[in-house]
This record gives sequence, structure tokens and C-alpha cells, in this order.
Amino acid sequence: MATFGFPEMMFILRSAGWTLLLTALAFTIGGIMGGGLAVLRLSQSRILRNIAAGYILVIQSIPVLMVLFMSYYGLSLFGIDLPPFLAASASLAVYCSAYLAEIWRGSIQSVPFQQWEASSSLALTRAQQYRYVILPQAVRVSLPPTVGFLVQLVKNTSIVSVVGFVELSRAGTLVNNATFQPFKVFTVVAIIYFLICFPLSRLSRHLEKVMHAGRRH
Amino acid sequence: MKLVLNFTPVWAELELILDGIMLTIGLSAAAIVLGSALAVLLVGLKSLAPRWVGLLVDAYVELMRNTPFLIQLFMIFFGLPLLGLKMSGATAGLLAMTMNLGAYATEIIRAGVDATHKSQIEAGLSLALTRLQVFRYVVLNPAFAKVWPALSSQFVLMMLASSICSFISVSELSGAAAIIESRTFRSFETYIVVTLVYLALALALKSSLLLLGKRLFPNASGLERLDVKAGSV
Repeated sequence: MATFGFPEMMFILRSAGWTLLLTALAFTIGGIMGGGLAVLRLSQSRILRNIAAGYILVIQSIPVLMVLFMSYYGLSLFGIDLPPFLAASASLAVYCSAYLAEIWRGSIQSVPFQQWEASSSLALTRAQQYRYVILPQAVRVSLPPTVGFLVQLVKNTSIVSVVGFVELSRAGTLVNNATFQPFKVFTVVAIIYFLICFPLSRLSRHLEKVMHAGRRH
Repeated sequence: MKLVLNFTPVWAELELILDGIMLTIGLSAAAIVLGSALAVLLVGLKSLAPRWVGLLVDAYVELMRNTPFLIQLFMIFFGLPLLGLKMSGATAGLLAMTMNLGAYATEIIRAGVDATHKSQIEAGLSLALTRLQVFRYVVLNPAFAKVWPALSSQFVLMMLASSICSFISVSELSGAAAIIESRTFRSFETYIVVTLVYLALALALKSSLLLLGKRLFPNASGLERLDVKAGSV
């Protein structure tokens, strides 16, 4: 039986890198999707609005685990065979997009309506309104909840081990299976997660304070 | 590309799905009740007990909120038996859900408690209510009313997160899905059905909590409510 020594520790630390990479990729893809969804959610066409709202409602009302399974098996059913890392990132991006879309929709809507009116009376197109007037103001409001959501994303990467990807949690399970020292192993894993998440939580709270964006009424 | 969906083998396992639904509902309901009770206790300690107790509560809340539910579940399920506390998967799942929800609910209810105006507490004390009575009637009740929407979303998120209990082979809805998948080899069909069940459960829970809120706190207007964010586990 192996003991929990230096090689095991290195294995866990390396896997933490994968967790970070997974978070970064899922956040990037999910952010692009979420941005598109947020704009659709506020589009002038009712059909587009309802499609975006429906997507967001469904993704937010099912477990992340199901999003993972559905996109994983869904992709393979359509003959797309992605390596585990990409499959896991894609599934997490789907989950991420719905939450980011809701956060960013709220931020866009927090910009006073007069800003839309003023900019449209200056003959800006809708894209120009977003680019020059609305988004610069909305981004400020959106920062604290976006960073806050990043914490949820980091924590939720822990369940992608079900599609066969070895990240921090899976590494912990593997080491535990070899050493049978669950307390030691999972404490180390928990500490690493905490070291990633806690600064982000504090940053989110700090941003909220600096920007006075915590409460909207 | 050949896309053939066959749901018949999945329907043959309907009983497993129904059992899974019952366990998911049972676990979630118990965790909601116990987790809220834990949260009230922790908020009470933070408001009434000495400062160092409050710091301990803060540490607990931060620890639970900044580590994944899965790891908490593993610590309880694999770790506690070493201390002689052997428990079934479902018990471990319930304990983890209670502890996790307790921390999130503490943070949410605390925001409501903090929003209580100081003059309210002074008024209560001047009516010769004890500190415990003030907390119970003057502070806690309005706090609940204010944060009910955020609390409701947190309850729904916890119900969804109960799916993670399938990692320690609890046969709630997701666990049932894993069993059915391995029996029928109809992965996508199985997960479509189970996902739809989760969707129905989440929407049903959301609307019942909304109705419950209207019954419990008929006087809370939308304006009084705090904008507290719920976070997924």
C-alpha cells in the first residue's frame, strides 16, 4: 500500500493546474456564449428573447451533473468524439453560459433606460450603443457577481471526473484509493480548492464595496 | 450520422426512477429543514454569543462556501468512518447537504439580520423583551421575509446539487440514472428522461417556495426584500 508522500502530493498539485485550465477554458467559451445570450435576452425580437430565456431557465433548473452528461453523450451521439478535457470544458461552458448570461443581463439592465434613449437620439446603431454607451457602464456593475460566479465554476469543475478527466478531485480520489488516507488526502484537496476560491470570494466582495454595486435599489 | 433514440428500455426501469425521485425529494426536504435550522442556530450564535463564537461561525461559513460540495461529501463519507462513525451513503449525503446548505443559508439570513434597523432592536429591548425574544420576534422574522427569494433559490440549488450524492452510490435520481444506464446502455435516453424529471422538480419546488413565501410573509413587499445572491454549491 502506498503512503501519501511527495509523488502523490506532486500529482495532486499538477491536477490542480488542470482544474485551473479547465476553469479558464470553460469561462472563456461560456463567457462568449453567455455574452451572446445576454444580448439575445434583451433583443428587440420577442422570439429571440424567449429562446434565450428558455435556454437559461432550463440550464439553471437542472443539475450541473446532468448538463455534463447531456452534452457529453449528446456530442458523442452526433458523432463528435472530443478528448475528455475538451468535452469537460464544453459541458462546463454550457453550464457557465446560462449563469453568466443572467448576471450580465442584469448588469445591462441596471444601466438607466435614458442612456439608451440618449444614445439612440444621437443616431447610434444598436451595436454602437452597446459598444460605446451601455457596456462600459454595465461592465462595472457586472464585475463583482462575475468574479463571485468564478468561485462556483471552480468548485463545479470537481464533478467533471465523471467523464473521465483527471482534475483535482479525481486526483484526490485516485490517491485515496491507493493510500486509504481519506482525511489527509481530501483535507489537502480541500485546502487547495480553498486557496483558489477564497481570494476570488474576497475579491468579489471587495469589488462590490468599491463600486457600490452591491444593492441596486 | 445515424441518430436513433429508443426510450423503451428506459421506461422498463420506471420503478428505479420513481424510487430515485422519492429519495431526491426526501433528501432535499430533510436538508432544507435541517440546513435552515442549522443556519438559524449559527446566525443566532453570531448575534447573541461572544465575539469569538461569531468568528468560528464565520470560519465555518467561509470553509464550506469555498470548497466543493463533492469534497465535503468525500470527507464525510470516507473520512468519518475512520473515527468510528460508520454511516450509509444516504446519511452521509444528508449530513453533507445539511452542512453545506447551513453555511449558505447562514450567509443569506445574516444579510437580512444585518438589515434590521438598530432602533427596532432598541424598541424591542425597551418593551422588556429578553435579547433572545428580540432576536426571535423582532430580528429573525422580518429577516426571513426579506431574504426569502434568495433563500428559495438556494434551496433549489441544493436540490439540484443532491445529484452529486450519486458519486458515493446513493441511488437518488442521478444514482438511479447511472444504474439504468449500465443496465440498458441507453445513456442519452436515460439522461434525457432524468434531466426532464429534475427540470420538473426544480420548477415545482420553485413555485411551491414562492407560494409558501406569500403565505408565511404576507406583509413583505417586494421593495423590502434584499437583493442577496444565492450561490451554487
